[in-house]
Amino acid sequence: MTEKIKMNLQCPMPKFDFDVITLGHGSGGLLTHRLLQTGVFDIFKNNLLDQQHDGACFELNGTVAFSTDSYVISPLFFPGGNIGDLAINGTVNDLAMCGAEAKYLSLSFIIEEGFTMNEFWKVLVSIKEASDKANIRIVTGDTKVVEKGKGDKIFINTSGIGLIHPKAKIHHKQIEASDTIIVSGNIASHGIAIMSLRKGLTFETNIESDTTNLNHTILSLIEKFGNDIKFLRDPTRGGLASVLNEIAELTKLGFYLDQNLIPIDDQVDGACEMLGLDPLYVANEGLFIAVVKKEIAASFLAALQQDVNGQHAAIIGEVTTNNPGSVIMKSRIGGKRVVNYLTGEQLPRIC
Amino acid sequence: MKYLSEYRDSELVATFIQELHRITTQPWTLMEICGGQTHSLVKNGILAMLPKHINMVHGPGCPVCVTSISVIDEAVYLAQQPHIILCSFGDMLRVPGSKKNLLEVKAEGGDVRILYSPLEAITIAKENPNKEVVFFAVGFETTAPANALSVVHAHKSGIANYSILASHVLVPPAMEAILSDEENKIDAFLAAGHVCTIMGMEEYYPIAEKYKTPIVVTGFEPVDLLQGILMAVQQLEKGTYQVENQYTRYVQREGNRMAKETIATVFDISDRIWRGIGPIPQSGYEVNNRYKNFNARLKFNLHLPVAEENKECISGDIMKGLKKPKECPNFATKCKPEHPLGAPMVSSEGSCAAYYHYSNADSILI
Repeated sequence: MTEKIKMNLQCPMPKFDFDVITLGHGSGGLLTHRLLQTGVFDIFKNNLLDQQHDGACFELNGTVAFSTDSYVISPLFFPGGNIGDLAINGTVNDLAMCGAEAKYLSLSFIIEEGFTMNEFWKVLVSIKEASDKANIRIVTGDTKVVEKGKGDKIFINTSGIGLIHPKAKIHHKQIEASDTIIVSGNIASHGIAIMSLRKGLTFETNIESDTTNLNHTILSLIEKFGNDIKFLRDPTRGGLASVLNEIAELTKLGFYLDQNLIPIDDQVDGACEMLGLDPLYVANEGLFIAVVKKEIAASFLAALQQDVNGQHAAIIGEVTTNNPGSVIMKSRIGGKRVVNYLTGEQLPRIC
Repeated sequence: MKYLSEYRDSELVATFIQELHRITTQPWTLMEICGGQTHSLVKNGILAMLPKHINMVHGPGCPVCVTSISVIDEAVYLAQQPHIILCSFGDMLRVPGSKKNLLEVKAEGGDVRILYSPLEAITIAKENPNKEVVFFAVGFETTAPANALSVVHAHKSGIANYSILASHVLVPPAMEAILSDEENKIDAFLAAGHVCTIMGMEEYYPIAEKYKTPIVVTGFEPVDLLQGILMAVQQLEKGTYQVENQYTRYVQREGNRMAKETIATVFDISDRIWRGIGPIPQSGYEVNNRYKNFNARLKFNLHLPVAEENKECISGDIMKGLKKPKECPNFATKCKPEHPLGAPMVSSEGSCAAYYHYSNADSILI
C-alpha cells in the first residue's frame, strides 16, 4: 500500500523578465517562448515533452481511459493545497475512479494579465510535486493570457490518459442490491477549508483540504479485490449526496445510509453547524466512495484503513431494492429521511 | 460534537416518543413557529415517529418566506444600481421578486454580496467610500439586534455611505393573526427558542391567556423538539394553557436586556405586509426617525409599485397551518426549488423546501 511521500523538491524560481504575467506572455512570440523555456519545459522535463511537437506522440498498450477537468478555484492557495496540485490530483483521481492508472496529462493555463510570476511559480512547483507523487508525466500543454478583469488570476485545465487495470470492472451496471457502500475518509474537509478562507468568514480552524492523488490506493485495491469492486467515484462538487443520487438514479436501486456511520472531522462538523451547511453536499477532493460486494466489504475496509488515504474509511450503508432511485438516510436519532439532489449552491442561512 | 450530541441522543428521543404514545388520548394539532424547527423535524425523520394523533403544522417563522414581494423588488432595484453594493444573508438570493431574484441580478453584473453578519457590511462601506452599501436587514426579532447594532456603529463611526433596507417581522402579532383566523385549528404552539432568547417570554403570557392555547418555548435539536411537543401535549391532555420554557439553557423570562435596548434604539414598531398572509398591524420594525439617514427607503426615495404575489402559491395557508406543503397542487410539479412559485420552496427554512428535500417519511420503505 502507498505511503505518504515527503516532497523535498528544491525549485528556486528562475529569473523571469517580468514580475507579473503580461498579455505578451500569451502572444505566442518571444515572451511566450521564454516563459515556457524557463518556467515550464525545464520543470516538467521528460522525453515526450522534450519532443516539442504540437502534440505528444506515444504508444499505449491496453484499454485506455481519458478524462478532462477544469480548475477555477478561489482562493488559489488554501490550507492543504493550491490550484496546482488540485489540477493534477483531480484528473488523476477521475482516471483512478475508472479503474485506470493515469500515465500522461495535458496542462493548459488561462492566466489573467497581472498574475504575479511568484505565484505562478508556486503553482508550477506544486504541479510538479503532485505529478511526481502520482507518477504521471505532463506531455503537452498550452498557455493563454487574458486581459485584466477577464479572468480570475489563473484557470487550469488538465486532461489525462490512463491504462485500465486488467482486473478492473468498474461500472454502475455492476451494482446489485445488498452491495456495501464505503467512504474512504472524513467527508466535507475540502469545501470547509476553502470556505474558511472566503471573505467575511473569520472563524479560525486548522481544517485542511483533503486534496491528494488516490491512484496508488485505488490500483492496489483493484489488484487485491478485482471485479468485486463494483463502482468508484470521487465525490467532489456536490459532495457525497450528489454522487449517491446520480448512481441511485442510474441503477434504479435504493441507497440506504446510516448517518451515525458517516465519518466527519469534529471541526468540520462544527463549522457546518455554524454555517448552516449540510456536510453531505460539501465538496471533497481526496475522497472516494466505493460500492463493493457485501462478502468482501470487511476485508476491503481493513485493507483501505491500512492505506494513508483510508485511515478514516467506514462502511456507511448498503444498496437495497426498496425506494428505487432514491437515497434514504437513517438520521442520528433513528428517523428516516430522503437525501435529495442539491439545487444550486448551498447558501448560508439567516438564523 | 459536544453541546450538540447530547440533544441528538437516540435513547432520550425514544423515551420521549414512548411517553408521547402513552399520554396522547385524542388528536391534537401543534404548530412549531420557526422554520428551523420545521427543518429539524423533517430532516431527522421525527414526524413519522410521533403518535398518529399528533399533527404538526408548520408556522410562519421563516423570515425569507414572509418577506413581501414588494420588498424583494426594492432589494432587486437597489442591487441593479451601479453605485450600490447590496449585502444580504444568503437565503434571500433565490427568493422570487415580481420580475427576478437577487441571484439573477448578481449574474447580470449587480454587486450583490452574501454576508454572515451586518457588521461585515460596515467594513465593506469603509473599503468602498465611493459606493453606497445597503444591507438587506431581514429576519425576526433574532437578527434585529445585530442589524440595529450595525446602524449604531455606522452612526458612531461617521460612516455615511451605509444604510439598511429593513424588513423585520415580529412573532407575537403573527401568532395572534393565526389564532384569530376563523379557520384556525391550532391547539398549541412551540414558540421559537432563539426569538425568545432575545425577547424573553413575557409577550406570550397574554396570548396564551386570551386564546387559551399552551405555548412552549422550544429549541431546535431533536431532543428539544420532542421535549417541547411532550410538554405541550401534557398541557393539552390536562386542559391547561401555560407559557412554559423547554429551552432553559438559553431563554430567560425577561430575555436579553441589552439586545432589546439596542433594537429600541434604532427601530420603531410598524405595520408590515407578510408574504402570503397579508398586512398585520404593528408586526415589524422600521428604522426610526433618529437614524433616518440609515434607512435605505428614505435615502434612495424608494416608491416602487406594489407588486402582486403569485396566486398559485398557497404559502399563506401553509404558514397559517391550514394546509401542508404536499396538499399544494403545484408541490414538486410546477413549483420546485429551481423554479419556485413562492419563497417557502427556496428558503433553507421554508416548509415546502423541507418536504421537497427530505421528502416525507410516509413514502420511505426500509
